[in-house]
Amino acid sequence: MRERVVADLSRLPLHGLRSASVTWWGTLAFMLIEGTGFALVIAIYFYLMSLAAIWPLNAPPPDLLPGTVVTIILVISLIPNYLVSSWAEQQDLRKVRIGMVVMSALGIAPLIPRAFEFAALNVKWDTNAYGSVVWTLLGLHTTHIITDLVDTLVLTALVFTRHGRNPRRFGDVQDNCMYWNFVVAAWLPIYGCIYWIVRL
Amino acid sequence: MTESVIGPDTRDAELERPLVDAALENTWATASGFWSALATVDHKIIGRRYILTAFAFLALGGVLAILMRLQLARPEARLIGPDRYNQIFTMHGANMMFLFAVPVMEAMAVYLVPLMVGTRNIAFPRLNAFSYWIYLAGGLLLWVSFVLDMGPDVGWFAYVPLSGPQYGAGKRADIWAQMITFTELSALAVAVEIVVTVFKQRAPGMTLDRIPLFVWSMLVTAFLVILAMPSIMVASTSLILDRLVGTHFFNPAEGGDVLLWQHLFWFFGHPEVYIIFLPAVGMVSTLIVTFARRPVFGYLALVMALIATGILSFGLWVHHMFVTGLPRLGESFFTASSMAIAIPAGVQIFCWIATLWDGKPVWKTPLLFVIGFIFTFVIGGLSGVMVASVPFDAQVHDTYFVVAHFHYVLIGGSVFPLIGGIYYWFPKITGRMMSEPVGHWVFGLIFIGFNLTFFPMHILGLQGMPRRIYTYQPDMPWHGLNLFVSASAAVLAAGFLLFFIDALRSARAGLPAGANPWDAPTLEWATSSPPPSFNFARIPVVYGAYPLWEQREALSVADGLRVDRRELVVTSLVAAEPEARESSPRNSIWPLWAAITTTVMLIWSIFSPWAVVWGSIPVAIALIGWFWPKRVPEDEA
Repeated sequence: MRERVVADLSRLPLHGLRSASVTWWGTLAFMLIEGTGFALVIAIYFYLMSLAAIWPLNAPPPDLLPGTVVTIILVISLIPNYLVSSWAEQQDLRKVRIGMVVMSALGIAPLIPRAFEFAALNVKWDTNAYGSVVWTLLGLHTTHIITDLVDTLVLTALVFTRHGRNPRRFGDVQDNCMYWNFVVAAWLPIYGCIYWIVRL
Repeated sequence: MTESVIGPDTRDAELERPLVDAALENTWATASGFWSALATVDHKIIGRRYILTAFAFLALGGVLAILMRLQLARPEARLIGPDRYNQIFTMHGANMMFLFAVPVMEAMAVYLVPLMVGTRNIAFPRLNAFSYWIYLAGGLLLWVSFVLDMGPDVGWFAYVPLSGPQYGAGKRADIWAQMITFTELSALAVAVEIVVTVFKQRAPGMTLDRIPLFVWSMLVTAFLVILAMPSIMVASTSLILDRLVGTHFFNPAEGGDVLLWQHLFWFFGHPEVYIIFLPAVGMVSTLIVTFARRPVFGYLALVMALIATGILSFGLWVHHMFVTGLPRLGESFFTASSMAIAIPAGVQIFCWIATLWDGKPVWKTPLLFVIGFIFTFVIGGLSGVMVASVPFDAQVHDTYFVVAHFHYVLIGGSVFPLIGGIYYWFPKITGRMMSEPVGHWVFGLIFIGFNLTFFPMHILGLQGMPRRIYTYQPDMPWHGLNLFVSASAAVLAAGFLLFFIDALRSARAGLPAGANPWDAPTLEWATSSPPPSFNFARIPVVYGAYPLWEQREALSVADGLRVDRRELVVTSLVAAEPEARESSPRNSIWPLWAAITTTVMLIWSIFSPWAVVWGSIPVAIALIGWFWPKRVPEDEA
């Protein structure tokens, strides 16, 4: 087929940030998938609760301390997370490097009280259906944190290499920050479910 | 020849046309050879593999169907025993839904969507390669298990408690559940690729109201996949947990619930029907336009109908559970919503009829399948309205009436348009035409064979013949019709056999097709058949929904892209205005490694929960290898 050139694209940037980046949209799509998964497990929680005569089923409510500590760490982590994202926006490599180290540490930090959280549930996964669903909720979110932590660690290593000084990396850092916001946002309804619904 | 002229940052505008093609081929092509074939990320090669694999599974599922029809042709037949029969009907359903119907539609999209929106590769091409390997592994898991007499035997929807730890001894139900994980993982990956390709890689000027209808249908389908498939993954994972580590999700004795399984399954399972049906709808709209020789009647209405069907599909699932004793009010709500979906379906049917009415139809094989689709799907839709009514459903639930209904909807509503679509796009994919006279025979055999096979099943169902029985006694009044159904199934099978023979023969010896043999209006026909590795030497610029009909003199294109790295145009979501010259990843073997390690982890986890811990380490290593930047121009910026 004959062609007629009507547009010149040569001046376009080599990589767009945020909504001009395909990875940004891909991250959003995966967040939608995972968010749907979390919503479904929370729906299972309420479904089983609606069937039960007493809730929690034959178990004391979970102890508040470890889960609340995790929640506090996660919420506080949003501040450096926001800063790292804005440093990436300004393409300030030195600050991004520091920020990524901080975010790596803040990815590890909640895992420490999280290890105590499972025991604090006061029920085992194979005790009854209540135990099954709270262990699943907590297990899923722990997987969520670990996945993002591994991603953050690899990206932190990457920004210290020669690949760090690349506009694409700043986009990666922003996407990683966006995903961490999602990890925190996904936790809040789960925290409410596990620790507070049973106390209502 | 090309290397001497091509340096870093060489633009297409600097070169003469033959040189542009040669340079782009150099950058985009997949070399011949075994390792290159494993490492390719070309959406056309992967799409072709996907399509071929899905049709291989169709043929295998068809063989199972023939076996069942042989067994049921007469009472008290001893060809297949009850245990094997349980495996066979489970395999038939699971194979057709999870290994054929959904993947084949996504496969068509993997091949066609990037071409139809005028881009050079699908978004996240390595994820695309990964998704294919995962799909293949899931299919092999299921079929190898079946051959080893470990095939699942709990029905394609694996209801608990039958599939639970108490009754489902051995690993058969786990094989089913893990096959789900494989196929849903691959389907979700493709869905993300399609959404992002349609959102961000459309040709400049392709505003929302200029998107080809097949692409619209795949976009809506991709969102259905994203929102529905997590449900079945949650369901199958909790089933495995119940079976492996003793959780109690589905155990009523410890506060679990068996109906929870049905809710989770059908919250996925009903949208699943539309995940299979909506792409077919998109194909019908595409084929009707080309063969009616006019723009579609009611473009906006058709798009709205797609979206409305997609939304409504999440409000129907309980109509699969009318006999489980749910509250009456709930049942009435789901009856109403089930009937409401007839409205967008009707809108589409009338738009298609209006397009044909006002057009000058050319009666080629693809259009014959469209007509067959309209006829068959309307019958399936009508029996659907019947079973949407609770009292009627209570009567025919779990009988052959339901078997007849869903085969009318799935084969009539989806496979007919698909076969039409294969006849239509075959020239684009292979560069050769399929045979028109043979195509008429294929249509005749499939259409007549299908109706003669499945229509009598309505009557068998009304006569009370239950589903999933491996035989029946001679004093039941079902013998004559069953024999007739089995004989008709042979006609249907002959039609499919002829189709496969025609496809294989035409791929080697069909008439050369040229770029646009049907004089079709959408962008996939603007490039050669089969398309070059880079799809388009220069990115098309469009001004309407039917660019090749609107720009008959010369196609408007844009230049200024680099030829030394894989580059494509990212455009804005609504107006499709160019935003960036984004790079597209090179071939890589890492997606295959990621798929292999994932496969090991998933199959291992049927046997031990620790597989998730230890198995995820190699997966993580493969993923790091996948994403770590290499010294290639694509990673420059």
